[in-house]
Amino acid sequence: MASTAHSTSQYVKVFYILLVLTVVEVGIVYMGLPKILLAGLLIILAVWKAALVALHFMHLKFEKTTLMMIALSPFILCVFLILMLLPDIFPG
Amino acid sequence: MSEVAAMHAGAEPAETPLTPESWGKLGMWLFLAGDAMSFGCLIVGYGILRYASTTWPVPAQVLGINLTALMTFLLIVSSVTMVLALAAIQDGDKARFKKFMGFTILGGLIFLGLQAYEWTHLIGHTLPEHNLSFSKDLFATTFFVLTGFHGMHVTGGVIYNTCVLAAVSRGRYVAKHVEIAGLYWHFVDLVWILIFTFVYLL
Repeated sequence: MASTAHSTSQYVKVFYILLVLTVVEVGIVYMGLPKILLAGLLIILAVWKAALVALHFMHLKFEKTTLMMIALSPFILCVFLILMLLPDIFPG
Repeated sequence: MSEVAAMHAGAEPAETPLTPESWGKLGMWLFLAGDAMSFGCLIVGYGILRYASTTWPVPAQVLGINLTALMTFLLIVSSVTMVLALAAIQDGDKARFKKFMGFTILGGLIFLGLQAYEWTHLIGHTLPEHNLSFSKDLFATTFFVLTGFHGMHVTGGVIYNTCVLAAVSRGRYVAKHVEIAGLYWHFVDLVWILIFTFVYLL
């Protein structure tokens, strides 16, 4: 791999971003924000971190689109699962 | 085929258009997609039980998040040492690979040790203090099911990584095998990031 030196520095960069995001996550829990705002922020941060790991560490960024769809399918199915269970969560 | 494969370590009969590097990589991705659905169902089930419950303790107050933040940090670091190990073996530097793979395995072992400590502390002290029990409270049940299922994945990952390290040392495994093991290890890290948010922080 010719680009190894470059990708190594890329990995370290992603590591620092993940580190900062984790510190932010723990920080905002202690800040006493309104519950809805806190939940929204935490979910955005978690998805952001998960996407960084998948795209850079698992090299999903450099894979074919079909493989990316395979990787995304469980998340789409989970959204469906939540939607299908909504009537049980909020019984009329 | 077996004779040919035995003569050319790592040679495969035909290539897949999806992952031209190896069939194993496609196989691992398919396995991970299925595994993600297991985790997804557990997390969604946890969310629904939690939302439907009238009483649910604030997780950060019962579980504490400082130790778990350290565990999150540890898994992220071991993910980085895993990609560095892969970069090393792609460069053909076996010594550097062994060093970083060793760090990755060590990170996984320390994570498991911290989780064992956390569980013992919860079962022995914290849960009784809050009048919670594994069998009667969904808060505790869902916690142990989710973190336990993930902990088993880390255990499997440590064993897998140790086998890969041994196989590379004996010259049986090459870079593409390390890449496949890496996919599994990063997935375990990714799931922990989500569990950390949904079980501890929210």
